[in-house]
Amino acid sequence: MRNIRIIAKRELGAYFGTPLAYIFVVIFVALTGAFAFYVGNFFERGQADLRPFFLFHPWLYLILIPAIAMRLWAEERKTGTIELLMTLPIASWEAILGKFLAAWIFVGVALALTFPMWITVSLLGDPDHGVILASYLGSFLMAGAFLAIGSCMSALTRNQVIAFVVAAAVCFIFVTSGMELVLDFFRVWMPAFIVSAVSSMSFLTHFDQIAKGVIDLADLVFYLSLIAFWLFATWIVVEQRKAA
Amino acid sequence: MSVLVKTERLHKEFGDITAVDDISLSVGKGEVLGFLGPNGAGKSTTMKLITGFLEPDAGSAEVCGHDVVGNPRAAKAVLGYLPEGAPLYGDMTARSFLGFIAGIRGFDNGERTSKVEAAVDKMGLGSVLDQSIETLSKGFKRRVGLAQAILHDPDVLILDEPTDGLDPNQKHQVRSLIREMASDKAIIISTHILEEVEAVCTRAVVIDKGRIVANGTARELQARLPYHNAVAIRVDPDMAGAVREALGGLSGVEKVETADKQNGSVLLRALPKDGTQIAAAVAAVIREKTLSIQELFVEHGRLDDVFRQITSSDKGAGHA
Repeated sequence: MRNIRIIAKRELGAYFGTPLAYIFVVIFVALTGAFAFYVGNFFERGQADLRPFFLFHPWLYLILIPAIAMRLWAEERKTGTIELLMTLPIASWEAILGKFLAAWIFVGVALALTFPMWITVSLLGDPDHGVILASYLGSFLMAGAFLAIGSCMSALTRNQVIAFVVAAAVCFIFVTSGMELVLDFFRVWMPAFIVSAVSSMSFLTHFDQIAKGVIDLADLVFYLSLIAFWLFATWIVVEQRKAA
Repeated sequence: MSVLVKTERLHKEFGDITAVDDISLSVGKGEVLGFLGPNGAGKSTTMKLITGFLEPDAGSAEVCGHDVVGNPRAAKAVLGYLPEGAPLYGDMTARSFLGFIAGIRGFDNGERTSKVEAAVDKMGLGSVLDQSIETLSKGFKRRVGLAQAILHDPDVLILDEPTDGLDPNQKHQVRSLIREMASDKAIIISTHILEEVEAVCTRAVVIDKGRIVANGTARELQARLPYHNAVAIRVDPDMAGAVREALGGLSGVEKVETADKQNGSVLLRALPKDGTQIAAAVAAVIREKTLSIQELFVEHGRLDDVFRQITSSDKGAGHA
């Protein structure tokens, strides 16, 4: 725990030590707001809830989270600091967890800074605060899953742009896997149980459930196990390709 | 002498390139071992195997009795490592970076501060502590890297090209620092600068194409040169014959050859039999016969020549 904490602290310091953190937070807050108001018709709907706000989170994460995750390992490889880090008396899973947690906390901070939306909707009406809280939780968990995927892609390469593009592509598959368009593609040549497996991987479906205020254990387990799986994949990649 | 670093038949391949081939060596307390070799010879890879960054395909490495693969954490805890090019987290200040390292090394609060301060003092980093590392000069960056490696006062220090890219003053400083620390540690440094081996190392191994091709003190390596302990004498051209004759009569001299002719002087070289010291005898015979000479010096054989001789395969491979 101690090593994880120290590594996470260093990583968080690295986020806030550069303009990256501030640019990200500003853009994230601005975009989530803009989408909610202009695309989601926040006012016109005349309902006191944050549905139009959370609706666009998966799509924003698709671009913004890989941008946060891309530097996690690719940068260490590029600058050679991975050699420094991996010859310190720590286990590689501690470094992987520390880095992931730092990124997750950072996204959590950005997410928390959208609180004016909550205040706005509370002033205008009488929203169901439980649903909103659940939605925040769901959004945060989904961000963690995106980050874990991004962490693995970042470990594969020393090039941050490649890490970004590949992570965005993989995340896109996970986001859209519940859509008919994607499922049709699989239905043609895959047995039904694989099609339903693909559809059950959808970030959107699971996020929708939570965003409606239904915190089902299955949805929590889905996101947490996805995070665990991709972090494990990161661990394998880091162990196998230290010098690459 | 207790052995602190020991490798046994280390072997590592990248694809079909053999980077490290059967390297066995041991380094004891108080020793400074120099890894010498051309670029790409396998020096850095050997270090990466010893520090546990890479795992060997065959063979083993031990640091203070801890197997690097079997017990990496214990091995890494007792060694300090400066990777090639001294990679650092450029966006951190030197202070926060060293604080981070101290934390990982297991120091807390007061101890953490005092360890960082000690390393900062040793490396003379006081003036740049609060600058971000990427804005520092190359010399300072290297010193931050060294401070990081020595922070926990490790028993084993592995420094990959510690003076590469430093100016002569900084090189001198780093070398004196290595010499200072040498007495109670086992230190391995890699370099392709031969003067460095003469300056700091108690022993050197020459690595070429992943293999150890020579192992010994700087002096022992020099002794492998044909001109080792040869005496060179520069004389006026009209004296050359007489000097040549006088030297040829000495019992320790194998032969006398003309090494160089320049305008106004001839350089003669007397080669000793079996590398023995002949300087005194040569000087005596010259004094005795009152021959006039311009200069006289003993050739030790430069380490550069040894290096070229044993690491260039097309030429002089037979001597290796």
